[in-house]
Order: sequence, then structure tokens, then C-alpha cells
Amino acid sequence: MDQKRRNFLKVAGISTLAGLGATTGLGRLFEGAKPALADNATPAHAADNSGVKAKRYGMLIDARKFREDPSLGEKVVRACHQVHNVPEFPEKRDEIKWIWMTHFENAFPEQPTLYPDHATETAQLPILCNHCDKPPCVRVCPTQATFRSADGIVVMDFHRCIGCRFCMAACPYGSRSFNWRDPRPFIDESTKNKDFPTRTRGVVEKCNFCAERLREGKLPACVEACGDTKAIVFGDLNDPTSELRQMLKQNHTVQRNPSLGTHPSVFYIV
Amino acid sequence: MYDRVKISTGLLVVVLLVLIPFFYNNDASKAAPELTMPTNAKACVLPRAEMRAKHMQLLNTWRDEVVRKGDSRPVLVDGKEYPKSLQLNCMECHTSKVNFCDKCHNYSSVRPYCWDCHLAPVE
Repeated sequence: MDQKRRNFLKVAGISTLAGLGATTGLGRLFEGAKPALADNATPAHAADNSGVKAKRYGMLIDARKFREDPSLGEKVVRACHQVHNVPEFPEKRDEIKWIWMTHFENAFPEQPTLYPDHATETAQLPILCNHCDKPPCVRVCPTQATFRSADGIVVMDFHRCIGCRFCMAACPYGSRSFNWRDPRPFIDESTKNKDFPTRTRGVVEKCNFCAERLREGKLPACVEACGDTKAIVFGDLNDPTSELRQMLKQNHTVQRNPSLGTHPSVFYIV
Repeated sequence: MYDRVKISTGLLVVVLLVLIPFFYNNDASKAAPELTMPTNAKACVLPRAEMRAKHMQLLNTWRDEVVRKGDSRPVLVDGKEYPKSLQLNCMECHTSKVNFCDKCHNYSSVRPYCWDCHLAPVE
């Protein structure tokens, strides 16, 4: 068929108009597609009576207390891992950690000493997710599975995690663990917490500052495990009257790798 | 018609292949499942028909509100407070996953991934 330029332009013009018309028509069709649950279909909320309200949760870990009582560290780790159904894999490479004990040189690689004193060299201190003010893990997450909540906690939404492990590469503190294997068979049945979910294979997990316990007005499990030793103090960094801020004012504290600019919410008395 | 035998055998094989699912599902295509309803409660957070049709959307809404927006206020229905939680609320009344959730999900062949992480009540 002999296609003249004139005819071609006519057809092209008409098709463009038809296309525009079709899109508006389609738009009208989809206007009906409202959110699945209309407002009146969702049951009304009860009055607001949630317990602790804060803007930026933080933590102060007194490493001296952990040096004095070497059994305290294990107690803290066990409390956390039981509350959150953290599996215990036989192989080190599969390990899942929310909070764990490590040596000073691993926790604070920016403060090396050629001749460390005996206590610094041998004692261990607990490390966990720093719940940074500028969290690199949140920046890299492609699905926003990890995000910073309004109260300053860096939370994971396990429903959304696709297991790409960008966050693990981004976190300078190694606070994140990946479930290489199905964790369920490796959770101790006798200590399993029936009120908290487990994870599946292919999901990254980390400390959540016990967001689910804070909702009920409880303190994080690790803080509770310390009893009244005040080895870990938890509170609102934005509230100048909080115990945490008072302690920060009275003691010389350090943060992990401050030069990275992540602004951790976890402070240490070393 | 050439190759009558070959063609009709081929057609027969195709027809049988197409019909395989129907033979295969003969047993499964029975009446809608009977659910075991809770004995400790009369009402749910929404009327029965709405729960049946929209419980998955409601659970997703609750999940997003609690996990992402940090809004964990319980919902208030007829003066009773219900926490927004599958594990801590729904399963308090619907105590059996096998006799409640699974029955319809198996019947309609849907595989929700809720229980990959959330713990079902021990049965």
C-alpha cells in the first residue's frame, strides 16, 4: 500500500486523540478502585492510652558493670533472644544476633590502643543495633522494610523484607543478621515466646529496641534483665529530664564509630 | 480425511489431558466447609459477612497501622477493646487454626504466608 505522508499524519493525529480519550476513560474506570477498606468498614479506635511516649529512644550501656559481673552479659543476651524467638544455629556462620558480647577493640575500632590495659583487653561489653539518627540501612533498603519510626527506633517490617541484604552491607556496626536457613526448628520450644512471631528463611533481622514491649509500657528485655544494676539505662534522648539524659550529663560517654556520622542512639561508659 | 486414526487418537489424548483436573479434583469439589465457630465470644470486630469477605484487608490495615505507623491503639467495638493483632487477638477466640483458617483456605486453595512467621495456637 502506498502510504502518503499526508495520510500518515492524519492517522497518527487521530490515534493520538483516541489514545488521550482512552486514558481519561480508563482513569474514570479506576476511580472506583478505592482503598479496599472504606473508613466506615474499619472498626473505630479506642481512646489513646498507650504507655510511654517519646521522640527519640536511646540507651546508655555501662561497660564497667559488665566487667564487674561477667555473668550479666550472658543474662542480657539470653533475655533478648528468648523474648524475640531468636534461633540458635549450631554453625557460627548461620548465627543470628540481636545483642551480643564482644571485646572493646571490635566495638570501638576507631579507638585503638597499642598497649591496652588488662580490663580493656579481656572484658566484653554488649553491642546491639545503634538505632542511628541517620541510619544507612534505611537509606539503602529498596522496599522500605526497614525504616525509622516516629520515636526514633529503626524498625524492621519483616513482611516487606525481600532478603537483598543491602542493609547488612550498609550497616557499619554489623548489627544485622540474615536467616540463611529456616529458623523455626532451631528455636528452643521450652523458652519460645508465644506472643512474638518468628522469622522465615531469607529475611534480615536485628534488635528492635523491644518496640512491641514499649507499646505495652514495658522496658526492653535487656534493660529488664539487668535488674537494678543500672548497667543499661533506657529512655528518651529528647527529654532533658529523663534519667538517661541525667546519666549522660554526669558521665563521660562514647558512641561507636562517631566519625561515620550515623549519630547512634546507644552510648557507652567505657 | 487422511490419517484419521492418528488425528482422532491425538484429539482424544488432548481432551483427556484437559479433563485431568476435573477427574483429579473430583473429591475436593464438595460442599463449602463447615467452620468451628468460637464458643467464648458471640461477635467479631466486624459483622460476619464482612469478616468473611474482608478479613485479609483488615489484617493488612492493622499490620500497617501497628508496624509502620506505630499506632497500636486497640479497636473499640460495642464497648470492648480488641488489640490489633492476629496472634494476640484473633487467635484468642478462633483457637484452632486447623478448624478455622485452614478449612476455607484449603477449600479455596489460597496459601497466606501469615503462619510462616506468626505462631499458631498449639493444637
